[in-house]
Amino acid sequence: MTENVNKRINEGNKMDITTTYLGLKLKSPIVCSAGPLSEKISNIREMEDAGASAVVLYSIFEEQIEQDQLEFYHHTSIHTESFAEATSYFPEPFDFKLGPEEYLDHIRKAKEAVNIPIIASLNGKSIGGWTDYAKKMEQAGADALELNIYLLPTDIHKSGSEVEKTYIEIVKAVKSSVKIPIAVKMHPFFSSTSWMANELSKAGADGLVLFNRFYQPDIDLETLDVVPNVILSTPMAMRLPLRWIAMLYGRINADLAATSGISSAEDVIKMMMVGAKVTEVLSSLLKYGIGHIADITSNLKNWMEEKEYESIEQMRGSMSYMNVDNPSKFERANYMKVLSSYK
Amino acid sequence: MERNKVTIDGNEAAAYVAFNTNEVIAIYPITPSSNMGEWCDAWAAVNKKNIWGMIPSVSELQSEGGASGSVHGALQTGALTTTFTASQGLLLMIPNMFKIAGELTSTVFHVSARSIAAQALSIFGDHSDVMATRSTGFGLLSSNSVQEVMDFALIAQAATLEARIPFIHFFDGFRTSHEVMKIEELSLEDMKAMIDDELVIAHRKRALTPDYPVMRGTAQNPDVFFQGRETVNPFYNACPAIVQKHMDKFAKLTGRQYNLFDYVGSPDAEKIVIMMGSGSEAAEETVNYLISKGEKVGLLKVRLYRPFSIDPFIKALPKTIKLIAVLDRTKEPGAGGEPLYLDVVNAISEKYMAGELQFSFPKIVGGRYGLSSKEFTPAMVKAVFDNLSKDKPKAHFTVGIIEDVTNSSLDFDINFSVESSETFRGKFYGLGADGTVGANKNSIKIIGEGTDYFAQGYFVYDSKKSGSTTVSHLRFGPKEIKSTYLINKAKFIACHQQVFLEQWDMLKDASEGATFLLNTKVPKEQVWDSLPEKVQKDLINKKMKFWIIDAYKVGDETGMGVRINTIMQTCFFAISDIFPQEKAISMIKDSIKKTYGAKGDKIVQMNFNAVDQTIANLFEIKVPDKVTSKLQMQPAVSGNAPDFVKEVTAKIIAGEGDLLPVSKMPVDGTFPLTTTRWEKRNIALEVPVWDIETCIQCNKCVIVCPHATIRAKIFDEKELAGAPPTFKYTKYKSKDYGEGLYYSLQVAVEDCTGCSLCVDVCPAKNKKETKLKAINMAEQIPIREQERANWDFFFNIPDLDRKIVAVSKVKDSQFLEPLFEFSGACSGCGETPYVKLVSQLFGDRTIIANATGCSSIYGGNLPTTPWAANKDGRGPAWSNSLFEDNAEFGYGFRLAIDNHNLHAKELLKSFAAEIGNDFVDALLKADQKDEAEIYEQRERVDTLKKKLNDLLKARASGKSSDIKHLLSLADYLVKKSVWIMGGDGWAYDIGYGGLDHVLASGKNVNVLVLDTEVYSNTGGQCSKATPRGAVAKFAAAGKPGAKKDLGLMAMSYGNVYVAKVAMGANDQHTLRAFLEAEAYDGPSIIIAYSHCIAHGIDMGLAMHNQKAAVDSGYWPLFRFNPDLEKEGKNPFKLDSKGLKIKLKDYAYMETRYKMLTKSHPQHAEELIKEAQEDVIKKWKDYERIAAYDPAKEETSGQ
Repeated sequence: MTENVNKRINEGNKMDITTTYLGLKLKSPIVCSAGPLSEKISNIREMEDAGASAVVLYSIFEEQIEQDQLEFYHHTSIHTESFAEATSYFPEPFDFKLGPEEYLDHIRKAKEAVNIPIIASLNGKSIGGWTDYAKKMEQAGADALELNIYLLPTDIHKSGSEVEKTYIEIVKAVKSSVKIPIAVKMHPFFSSTSWMANELSKAGADGLVLFNRFYQPDIDLETLDVVPNVILSTPMAMRLPLRWIAMLYGRINADLAATSGISSAEDVIKMMMVGAKVTEVLSSLLKYGIGHIADITSNLKNWMEEKEYESIEQMRGSMSYMNVDNPSKFERANYMKVLSSYK
Repeated sequence: MERNKVTIDGNEAAAYVAFNTNEVIAIYPITPSSNMGEWCDAWAAVNKKNIWGMIPSVSELQSEGGASGSVHGALQTGALTTTFTASQGLLLMIPNMFKIAGELTSTVFHVSARSIAAQALSIFGDHSDVMATRSTGFGLLSSNSVQEVMDFALIAQAATLEARIPFIHFFDGFRTSHEVMKIEELSLEDMKAMIDDELVIAHRKRALTPDYPVMRGTAQNPDVFFQGRETVNPFYNACPAIVQKHMDKFAKLTGRQYNLFDYVGSPDAEKIVIMMGSGSEAAEETVNYLISKGEKVGLLKVRLYRPFSIDPFIKALPKTIKLIAVLDRTKEPGAGGEPLYLDVVNAISEKYMAGELQFSFPKIVGGRYGLSSKEFTPAMVKAVFDNLSKDKPKAHFTVGIIEDVTNSSLDFDINFSVESSETFRGKFYGLGADGTVGANKNSIKIIGEGTDYFAQGYFVYDSKKSGSTTVSHLRFGPKEIKSTYLINKAKFIACHQQVFLEQWDMLKDASEGATFLLNTKVPKEQVWDSLPEKVQKDLINKKMKFWIIDAYKVGDETGMGVRINTIMQTCFFAISDIFPQEKAISMIKDSIKKTYGAKGDKIVQMNFNAVDQTIANLFEIKVPDKVTSKLQMQPAVSGNAPDFVKEVTAKIIAGEGDLLPVSKMPVDGTFPLTTTRWEKRNIALEVPVWDIETCIQCNKCVIVCPHATIRAKIFDEKELAGAPPTFKYTKYKSKDYGEGLYYSLQVAVEDCTGCSLCVDVCPAKNKKETKLKAINMAEQIPIREQERANWDFFFNIPDLDRKIVAVSKVKDSQFLEPLFEFSGACSGCGETPYVKLVSQLFGDRTIIANATGCSSIYGGNLPTTPWAANKDGRGPAWSNSLFEDNAEFGYGFRLAIDNHNLHAKELLKSFAAEIGNDFVDALLKADQKDEAEIYEQRERVDTLKKKLNDLLKARASGKSSDIKHLLSLADYLVKKSVWIMGGDGWAYDIGYGGLDHVLASGKNVNVLVLDTEVYSNTGGQCSKATPRGAVAKFAAAGKPGAKKDLGLMAMSYGNVYVAKVAMGANDQHTLRAFLEAEAYDGPSIIIAYSHCIAHGIDMGLAMHNQKAAVDSGYWPLFRFNPDLEKEGKNPFKLDSKGLKIKLKDYAYMETRYKMLTKSHPQHAEELIKEAQEDVIKKWKDYERIAAYDPAKEETSGQ
């Protein structure tokens, strides 16, 4: 931890910025979101030093694990035993770690490296053997799991309710295999987000993370190829979770976590006010560096001091659907008014 | 003591003992010994320890010469040291072996004995290499089976320490080195009991050390050298008894008693055979059989061949002997007899002369057998005994071949068999890619480890790298197996590819009542009618059982794809009744867990699923009693093939090469070109199909095709007369060669390997469906017939006149005929597009020196070879000398050609008056800088020859010598291009010294380095071209050092043309470099990025890997042309833009790098970081060189 960062944190006043999430007591509502930064243990240490209250590790993908296994199997076996001079082309590694082992090692190392909770992130799309990985992550020392169910329904014969059922079953399957809390990272494309959130909560989700950003592909006109195109979240992206957290706060059992576009103390405050337990940040760290967490934390405390808030708890949900003077502003009317303001 | 039973091959058995009883291991790959080094490297990588609790130090050297040098050094400094080798590798060790033996140094070299290249190279087994070391002073200890390999490895190690005589412990390459056998494993305690630590310490004490300094390696003069050489005699005299002592000690430990000479057979035998090696097993089997029939025969197995100890030898012979046949597995042309024969004659003669022979002097004949793993069967052993029974036994005979030139061969009865009826014998025909051999190795392990049975597996591969066929031979049963030969009376035959039924008469080896398992897509109701007539007849006449499975269907449904190993293995266990079905399945599943556990749950589950699905898809077909089929076996080549191809090549293709008599073989290893053209392999399931509408006629698909199966031509409308109805052509879009021309792109679908590189590089996309390109893959079978006709028609359309082709453009260059076609290289090979390009650009005037390696195998391994002649009969003349000497070999070509050229010019000048000054002047001064000028010179040479012939007629005989000389040399007035080709193993490692010398010579040779960054041909061992961070064999923990910059080293000479190319990144750049290299009048070297199956990549997409390598800056494209310097310019041009992507974005496209992230993640991270730093540093260095401006330097210097 650099001296400057230390100084910035210590300079803050004694505001209580602690929070709880998934039953974990956290020193602040700023959690690092799943992403490439957590692939390095040194970054995780830096996150803790900068004041992050927990780290969600990068996601391990069901397809990736299987893909890796199939790929290694294919490339190391396909040309074997075909030719007298060379019955194989690779040394046979005696301690190969394919599948989640590499990730499990990473959890162990992260736990050794820092004192803040480590939340493992599991990304899957079907009910299958991969849910066993949840158990292994628990054994490796993960404090909680973030379940990122990535199911893009392309089958025109599959109804919305069938798709929803799959989500719920996956959550139930994982929940039944572990004792640690699980959060579900939702996407905003269900026909009834509120109902779905409640069902996931009933299925065992201890928390809901709003929302997953599906990467949207682009087209390269030169090569006529479909290309993945990663765009970092913009501040505008936070409006969507802001509304839905406001709507869900106090109405379901699961804790709510906000993600997408959170980059400043103001953003964190807004999310707390609509009812989030924590905010997950990533894009702004990729943009400004991990030290940005310290800035957000310090600004948060300053703001609270200035506005005389004693604790996060005090502001939590204060601007939620149930606690604002005109809840319909969170609903469709909001949109109508925006339009009319142009007239 | 109860010991482990293991089912392993001979190489693993030797390596196991060698690893455990040595401290330093120096290795270098050579077939069939490479696996011994691989095992040791892999064990060291996981910190396995030897019997002293230390991890042996395992190091790869640059050659066997280097390995033996390091062994010598480590021995001289007191370490227990070993190495593994064979064939030419052993020959390269000979100089050091003389020294090691001369200095009485204890060591054991483990040698999987292999043929030495003579009229041809052969990777297979005989004793030629070991016999070539007889004079080195090494002891020679022969083991005959996998069990003996393990046992003798230890006995040799124990004996060498006491005797101070170094040993070669040898066993037959392939037959023993690759035979999988169930054996008893020696324990570490056994090794500790056999190795005397006092002797180890004594060995260490003899080390050179500055603490007690002595010197060795002095030079001695005539006065004392002789005496010095004789000092070792007592050691050699004592050695046999020491070996026997350790054999006796070993017997007490294990119960297996060996002797210097082991006699088996009747105690009162009159006829015996004396031999060593795996053939002794078959001989013992036969002797036992003949004794059971009442014959008095015997076999003497020679264990310790050097030092040859006469007394024990004579003692081991039965006193009743009258006739001896000595069998040698080697040939010494011109000798009075082969080595073992001479030793036997000598031993008996000496004893006879000393009056110590206790029996009458027997009749002794010698014979040769089994060269290059030629089969040696009981039928042949019987023929040897039958020969002895004749009044005048044939001496210096051969057995196993038809030697009809000097008639040395013995006849034998091919149907003679001595195999026990209790032994199960199964033969399995598979494709390399389908996993058949792997499955059978696994089955043998399951049976070996799950029962008390003896078990043996042996595997035969064909010589192609793509679409190769494998035959597995499995034996097991309650009786000890000594059948060291292929199965010819099978109780079970499995055909894993139905197409084989038309190629091979596989049921001829089925015994009565045998089971036949066929993998077929044909439904069970129709399968009988789909079989060839011969197969139906055999099934009926031999009362066989017949089962079928659609393994491809099961493969598709379970995700196994074409890898049907587990499926076919399950079928075998399900119907062969070795175990109850339930038990068999549970054993297969256990074995799957063991084999694939480390490869992930998904793979285990996939295989489990395949096992379960198999049973439901396996059906017995009741064999009808009537033949219904008219389907006949396919001829190996078409009737239009040349006579040699029909009479010789076709027989080899059909698997009948063993039957070819000596008279059919060329006497000096000279073979005709253009033979792959006649072997239609039909190995691709899918082939490219041209879409005329989308095509932009860029010919990128043609240049990239590794097998020259996709070709483009442009032609006049008149050539279309008689075109088959489905022949495709269109208007040629360019007017460069005139108006109204047509263009056609044709695929030789029967020769295509289906790699799909062409589709991937095609830049044109269909405007309506972007997934389609101008060529797209489609099923081969439905279009095979029509495309065969289209290819034949296309092939006969004349090629564009070489004189007018604008060769410097990719598109145009691809109208040149390839003279390297349809090779057996791997599907999607990264080397062959470069090789083919040389053949297109310069093939009609090229002579090629090819280093041993992949390119010499796909380039020169029988039956068919890809180098071809054009319609004028010209084409690349090709030869392979050795691995290490290739640059020097090609240099020799240049020297001779230059000499011939000079001689021709001198002679020509002397004829100026007679044949015309101007004409001679034109011949002498021809530039020959392009195709047109070369053509003109050829015309002149033709005229010259006519003129000379006229002169010859006019001159009186006796005065025509100079004319005849000039006639024989006239063709050398036409430019000849020398190409020296080989892989990185040659150029960076074993051949580097020679390459460096040839580059320094200033001579006009062109070197093409096909850089796959590993020893591809021997299975992916590390070379100095292997990049930092990549996993390779002998670098199982990732290559720690950076790749050697061969280009920069070559540039340092200043007068060498150097280029680094990658066709997948820039084909135009590649083409330009090849043209410049050839045009440069001096040495040139091109280092060509050659993707390879040993990289663990999708070969159909490999050009992307090439591009990424260049974009990352790892593989900078450049050209260094000394001619530019003469023009006052910077000779170096950096032709690519590097550092566009990170190194890992390229590297982690490939399994060779990615693998390390899974086995040693931390180490992988460090290495890739260092490798990235290498790239940046190197790139900056290159940029600096490229920025150099000689003009400015000159100014500033003034």
